[in-house]
Amino acid sequence: MDSALIPEGVKRCSFGKFAIGIIIVGGVLLWGVYAMLLIWLKGLNQTNMNDYYGFALWIWADLGVIALGGGAFFTGFLRYVIGKDELKNIINCAVLIGFICYSSALLILAIDVGQPLRSWFIFWHANVHSMLTEVAFCLSCYFAVLIIEYIPLILENRQINKVPFFHNLAHNMHEVMVIFAATGAFLSFFHQGSLGGTPAVLYGRPFSFREGVFIWPWTFFLFTWSAAAYGPCFTLFVTRLTEKITKKKLVKQNVIDLLAKISGWTMGTYVIAKIIDTWYWATVTAPARGFNLIDFYSNNPFYGIWILIAEIVVCGIVPALILLTPKGRNNSTLLFTAVSLACIGVLLNRWVMVLQVMAIPVMTFETWVLYIPSWQEVATTVLPVAYGIILVMISFRYLPIFPQERELNP
Amino acid sequence: MFPFSFEWIWDVGHMVFMGGLWYALTIIGITMTYCILKSIIDTMQGKGGHHH
Repeated sequence: MDSALIPEGVKRCSFGKFAIGIIIVGGVLLWGVYAMLLIWLKGLNQTNMNDYYGFALWIWADLGVIALGGGAFFTGFLRYVIGKDELKNIINCAVLIGFICYSSALLILAIDVGQPLRSWFIFWHANVHSMLTEVAFCLSCYFAVLIIEYIPLILENRQINKVPFFHNLAHNMHEVMVIFAATGAFLSFFHQGSLGGTPAVLYGRPFSFREGVFIWPWTFFLFTWSAAAYGPCFTLFVTRLTEKITKKKLVKQNVIDLLAKISGWTMGTYVIAKIIDTWYWATVTAPARGFNLIDFYSNNPFYGIWILIAEIVVCGIVPALILLTPKGRNNSTLLFTAVSLACIGVLLNRWVMVLQVMAIPVMTFETWVLYIPSWQEVATTVLPVAYGIILVMISFRYLPIFPQERELNP
Repeated sequence: MFPFSFEWIWDVGHMVFMGGLWYALTIIGITMTYCILKSIIDTMQGKGGHHH
């Protein structure tokens, strides 16, 4: 039925099977859209946020997808600016994931502002003393870059590419992609960093407060570093998952190996920096404000010291060690375990820096806030996942996401 | 926000923030304009009529 649109020389499942998949995930998407409309039409009272706890679950999802989408800027930087040519075989997948993650992040922000028709206020009435203004600027500009990076992929669809203008446009955009990749890396450095800097400048919250250099707290650099380290892991995770589902080899092992190795080194150095940051904060910064480390991890039924160990050891040191060893990278199961742990690790880090920060009591009369999100928050957090799956399904079916697929599956 | 907006102040914050935004948008805009114009010229010259 749609065979004319499928890239030449590759096999895809029947249209009926594909349509059933879209309908099933589409049902989840509609559930999220319904919750989103409820929030837009009825207001933020649909959430469990209140004056005491002002961060919804989706803010964690927002920071999470931005970190996971970091694979796009870092892989693009390695491919176009540093010149790691092998990565051309996985860059399309990284761009697709980046596009999904950043469009999801902007959608979540549109839900969070409660009044999306006034989103432009942040550009016109900008508060130039706010790190979040910088985040909004860089996020919007970088999303524009991601759209530009995704367009050539669409134009390379078998039918669209037959139109000479679109063919030329795709070719010319590829020719200047280094400019977009460099711009994307610049924008990502600042918005990833500022997202990390924001909790660290909250001097009334000793759990997240950090010292730093000039106007930038140490977490500014840690967030950018972690996005560069863990983002490519999500690209590898999605690639492996697509391979498992389609029962096909889509990317050659040398490409996977290179990206995994770079990711391993970035992650290893990040984890060392994170341990130093945590140690200094636990022994100097927090005690100077009257808190001991254990105060942040006790007297509540959920946030124990386990979360710190899980983030740094299980989902930091362990995947870094696996990715740093050739045996670990060449073993499919170990590699998949490592990238999965890495993705969980960065999501845990964002959870801690967003939700645990708000949960910890800072005054003597306060207690822990164990926040339970409303179903509307859960639905709007699941919404980007469903949207992402649908876009991956459509892109994989109709666009040349994996250039080596034909060669690997004759 | 532009320098002619009533909220504008000529200080470092406004120049760095808004300057950075317009700088990034200018690079993106110029590069995309170049791509589109070159593609129109290429198409008019008959390029891209077949697959490479």
